[in-house]
Amino acid sequence: MHIYKPEQEPAVRSLGPENLLLKGATLKNTKKIYGVSVYTGMETKMALNYQGKSQKRSAVEKSINAFLCVYLCILISKAVVCTTLKYVWQSKEGQDEPWYNQKTQKEKDTFMYLKMFTDFLSFMVLFNFIIPVSMYVTVEMQKFFGSFFIKWDNDFFDPEIKEGALVNTSDLNEELGQVEYVFTDKTGTLTQNNMEFIECCIDGFQYRQRDVRSELDGFTVTDGPVHKLQPKAGVEKEELFLRALCLCHTVQVKEAGSEETLGDRLDGMLPKPEEERGFIASSPDEVALVKGAMKYGFTFLGLENKKMKIRNRQNDIEEYSLLHVLNFDPVRRRMSVIVQTRSGETLLFCKGADSSIFPRVRPEEVDRIRLHVERNATEGYRTLCVAYKQLTAEEYMVAETGLQDARLALQDREEKLMAMYNQLETGMSLIGATAVEDRLQEEAAETMEALQGAGMKIWVLTGDKMETAKSTCYACRLFQRGTELLELTVRTLEDGRSKREERLLELLRDYHKRAVQDAPPVRTGVVTRSWCGSQEYGFIIDGATLTLVMNPPRDADASLYRSLFLQICQNCTTVLCCRMAPLQKAQIVKMVKNSKGSPITLSIGDGANDVSMILEAHVGIGIKGKEGRQAVRNSDYAIPKLKHLKKLLLAHGHLYYVRIAHLVQYFFYKNLCFILPQFLYQFFCGYSQQPLYDAAYLTMYNICFTSLPILAYSLLEQHICIEILLDNATLYREIAKNAMLRWRPFLYWTLLGIFQGLMFFFGVRFLFSNPALQDNGQVFGNWSYGTIVFTVLVFTVTLKLALDTRHWTWLNHSAIWGSLAFYVFFSFFWGGIIWPFLKQQRLYFVFANMLSSVSAWLVIIILILLSLLPEILLMVLRKPRGPLSRQKKPGQSNVGGIPSSQSSARPLLMRTFSDESNTVILTDGCCHTSLLQASEGALLTGAVGWDHQSSLTSADLHPLRFNKTQQRFQLESHDSKSHKTAPSRHFLL
Amino acid sequence: MMASSYNAKEEDGHHHPGSVGSGGPGGVKSKKPDNTAFKQQRLPAWQPILTAGTVLPAFFMIGLIFIPIGIGLFVTSNNIKEFEIDYTGVDMSSPCFNCSQNYSWNSTSSCSCSVPFTLDQAFESNVFMYYGLSNFYQNHRRYVKSRDDSQLNGDKSSLLNPSKECEPYRTSDKKQIAPCGAIANSLFNDTLELFYIHPNGSRFAINLVKTGIAWWTDKHVKFRNPAGGDGNLSIVFQDTSKPVNWRKPVYELDPNDPDNNGFINEDLIVWMRTAALPTFRKLYRIIQKKKDNMTPTLPPGDYILEVTYSILTINVTPDYPVRSFDGRKRVILSTISWMGGKNPFLGIAYITVGSVCFFLGVVLLFIHHKYGNRNNNADIPN
Repeated sequence: MHIYKPEQEPAVRSLGPENLLLKGATLKNTKKIYGVSVYTGMETKMALNYQGKSQKRSAVEKSINAFLCVYLCILISKAVVCTTLKYVWQSKEGQDEPWYNQKTQKEKDTFMYLKMFTDFLSFMVLFNFIIPVSMYVTVEMQKFFGSFFIKWDNDFFDPEIKEGALVNTSDLNEELGQVEYVFTDKTGTLTQNNMEFIECCIDGFQYRQRDVRSELDGFTVTDGPVHKLQPKAGVEKEELFLRALCLCHTVQVKEAGSEETLGDRLDGMLPKPEEERGFIASSPDEVALVKGAMKYGFTFLGLENKKMKIRNRQNDIEEYSLLHVLNFDPVRRRMSVIVQTRSGETLLFCKGADSSIFPRVRPEEVDRIRLHVERNATEGYRTLCVAYKQLTAEEYMVAETGLQDARLALQDREEKLMAMYNQLETGMSLIGATAVEDRLQEEAAETMEALQGAGMKIWVLTGDKMETAKSTCYACRLFQRGTELLELTVRTLEDGRSKREERLLELLRDYHKRAVQDAPPVRTGVVTRSWCGSQEYGFIIDGATLTLVMNPPRDADASLYRSLFLQICQNCTTVLCCRMAPLQKAQIVKMVKNSKGSPITLSIGDGANDVSMILEAHVGIGIKGKEGRQAVRNSDYAIPKLKHLKKLLLAHGHLYYVRIAHLVQYFFYKNLCFILPQFLYQFFCGYSQQPLYDAAYLTMYNICFTSLPILAYSLLEQHICIEILLDNATLYREIAKNAMLRWRPFLYWTLLGIFQGLMFFFGVRFLFSNPALQDNGQVFGNWSYGTIVFTVLVFTVTLKLALDTRHWTWLNHSAIWGSLAFYVFFSFFWGGIIWPFLKQQRLYFVFANMLSSVSAWLVIIILILLSLLPEILLMVLRKPRGPLSRQKKPGQSNVGGIPSSQSSARPLLMRTFSDESNTVILTDGCCHTSLLQASEGALLTGAVGWDHQSSLTSADLHPLRFNKTQQRFQLESHDSKSHKTAPSRHFLL
Repeated sequence: MMASSYNAKEEDGHHHPGSVGSGGPGGVKSKKPDNTAFKQQRLPAWQPILTAGTVLPAFFMIGLIFIPIGIGLFVTSNNIKEFEIDYTGVDMSSPCFNCSQNYSWNSTSSCSCSVPFTLDQAFESNVFMYYGLSNFYQNHRRYVKSRDDSQLNGDKSSLLNPSKECEPYRTSDKKQIAPCGAIANSLFNDTLELFYIHPNGSRFAINLVKTGIAWWTDKHVKFRNPAGGDGNLSIVFQDTSKPVNWRKPVYELDPNDPDNNGFINEDLIVWMRTAALPTFRKLYRIIQKKKDNMTPTLPPGDYILEVTYSILTINVTPDYPVRSFDGRKRVILSTISWMGGKNPFLGIAYITVGSVCFFLGVVLLFIHHKYGNRNNNADIPN
């Protein structure tokens, strides 16, 4: 890029990915910038990762539709049967039109087939109540009101962000109880994305801060530097190391009050002590390192005019001019800075993964430090090695020109730069190593264990490297000591020296044999994980290999690869997918979602890169984490912390599912036994579509008499109380696979409805073989008949619900008994008045007369009892299912009592590398996105604000994260105003 | 696209009182949900569990209560005396055969027949006389709706303009029919009389009371004669026509008793209460017990049922033909108990259910005793 200014030589600057201003960037330190749009269209990152938000429908709704079809068939067949029988019956002499019941002229004139058709339609209308239209209303109400319980739950309230759970959709409540696959993001979801400097190793000596960890995740900075280092290494080495930490990074200092862009919001804030500074970096590791150095006395003060300022232990300000930043990239896995001291020395500081540093330093230095690094790695920390090198003036000149050339190269810029970097970063001397901990979310391991105990398969989808992700999986107890890991990564593919495709197939077949064929046949959903005999498998795959699996070179193999892969995955308790592009995450989710048995999937994530996966899964959960609100906004439910997932699924999900499943079945049942007597009555009234019940009863049945109890039930029922649900994750398996809405329970309910309908009708039919039911010899007519049936019906279905209710709150009581009382009251009222607007006073005093008859009472009582008898019997004969009996069940996967702490789960571990957690680089495939992703990686760690004029911060890249940081910072500062006396300040990042 | 949804939700959030952006200047107000029992799903609740332990006593109780009730019902039902006479006249030999035939009688002469029968047992207390029809679809939809309740309730405008539902029994001779509709039109109009044949051969007519056979509310509220005419119903009904099948207009149903005439004629009211099933009985008359309480209402002996078929006006058809649709006509004499007429069903049902419950109780007790000990503790209801 040539910049022309008057009276100046044109300066040439390079424009790279780091100059790219990504979506949502916020301007800082400047009012405006000029920008050039590079590309618009369908291949931008946003468009590529965008996924149409489709309507999510729960499995319960699908079941409802299936049941509805059955009932529709019942309805139509009833109507057809009645119509047919009607014409059969009428064909007999004298039946159709007896002398006492002549047709009108119009009826006589009507064409025969038209009459048949209208008869059919009349029957449809008569029986249409079998289709529970009101169920939809009730289901919607249940979902809507039910979702408030998530919002209201105090356990979901996070005092840190002062927010509870958020429900974006109420359609999927019950789906929370059906989850089989959990797809989780790693950074920010399993881990806090909050790095903490744990220890360092200088020249082979270990330095560890032994102060107590502050409550918040930042450091407590007390007055003055902490001198807790035992002078094991030489002071010189020590200071060199700390200087390296202070210089070798791309962190920006954000001093409170100096933010002009924040404007008025910060007015009126107290001037803060100098220590209270925030650091902004795209990588939390770097912040942790800078803070770590600060703890040991070296404070990074900021970058001004390409000069980095450091205050050392003697409180002197040291200045270094920053000459070059050799950006981080995931292939090199290191970054360097070249700085010049005041005395004119040119120094190169380099930090990076041990594997990338060790070969570039003198071997004799390595051994002393390697031990520490490996021990730290095993403990689950992210380790980094720090090295330096002094450059002579000549060396620097060569480097300078080389770098400049490479940056301006129009072709192969990347390669040239890379070569230059590699050339520079050689022959360094190792000064030390750091260990940074990416702390797990609170109770992450317990949550994961509970979910696994509940029979869910957990997939970790992350953009991270395999090693990092694997260590997290161990820390979360997703992988355990006994877990056999099946690895399918670029590395394993290259081992065989055969073609990658062949090797892939070979490996897939091998794993398939091990995990699927040799494994004992287990039925999904009934598998008990704690049944320790069987081998557990974990599966690891990376993005590149996944691309290969999904899009194999030959199309013919596609289904084979896929099915092998899926079968392996289905038999693994945990699958780890690393180096995933956001859209690949969604692809995985989609693949599992569409696999055999269409399992219910749940995605949980906190960042913008999880959005596509959140949208794709049946249930998307957003974590109100640090990476902005993008995930939260696109999710179906948002919770503040990962640990809340346990209650959300095990308690809320379980209860919602049971409630709605019962609601659905009950609705079908109650409408069936409502309309069956009416159907049967047709056989006794010449198939004349005579309704058995009065119109008011027909209308009010679903609306008034039987709706409230089931609504109350479906909102309040806790067949097992919440604590027990949380303690025994295995209970979740009992409702797995839509257990309560499968055909068997549906058949049971339907048979129950038919049985009761038959009871109601024929019980009263036999009573009416002599309609003289009053003690004064007077007789009852057809409306009395209907009213007796209806009374039995209303009482039976309500009492049936009462029998099913395990959790009687006062609301249940009032709904159930209130409904019955209302029915009685309404019947009196409806029959007590000659209604002027009614053509026929059919029910006039029918109900009251019914109650005056002892026989009617007796028949009502016995029919109710008889209808409920099988239900009671079944209930007794079944295993007792009470809250108390639950407790007695041996808690197989009791996860409640295990003390939660990160230290308890410090497992064996592979090596970890401290590099940018969000780096996404695909070695091949996904060609569209690779440039942008590479740029993301580069931007994240490199080039933050060294070019001050450009005034872009790393926050361009993760604008939301940045915004969030700002907000949190303000929030805290606001707090600090009210607690002026607080001695220590928190750094929030 | 995303951006727009973003904004929408942002705004949404601000609608809620107390919802504050996490970093807003006013962010001190906590969004912490209320800690109420309802919102936390911690309402105090009664959690009953039905187990063998709790249900067992209930089963025994049901058994113990139901069996006596059932026996009581059964005995009561058995004690009710009922006598049924079919006078349809299907057989050539039956006395009413002639009257039931179309061709056998002409419109000028009425037709009556006498059916002799013998009561073996005395009928104590009030005896209720029902007529029963079989295969008569009073519950046919077209039939059930063919009435105008507001006309029957004495509404003047409905009297002269009856409901369309009454078609084709709405008008005749350009006059509105009162009472209109198929139900009223087909009012049962056989006249039934009962005679006791004294052992000495003399014949005593038995007094049949024709009131008290309809529901009180029907007679006094639901059915009312139209006002006006100074009590002279013929004036009130002067602009209306009698139902086609009727022999006499509505105001001549019971000319002797103004309280039983017109719409409030109890025979009409009883008939208007449509039966539930095609085979039904309706209360016709009440034979009141003798004052002296010494002799039974109907002593055992020979009786004669005198059936008078009424004459149809123009059509030469028998008045109440049922044979065209295989119907039957019966007369039932029955005493009544507290549970109504004779019906063994309830008694049997109660005895059965009671015994079943008792039996189940025993079985459950057995199961409970044998297998239930292990989880006895689990049976304690909360």
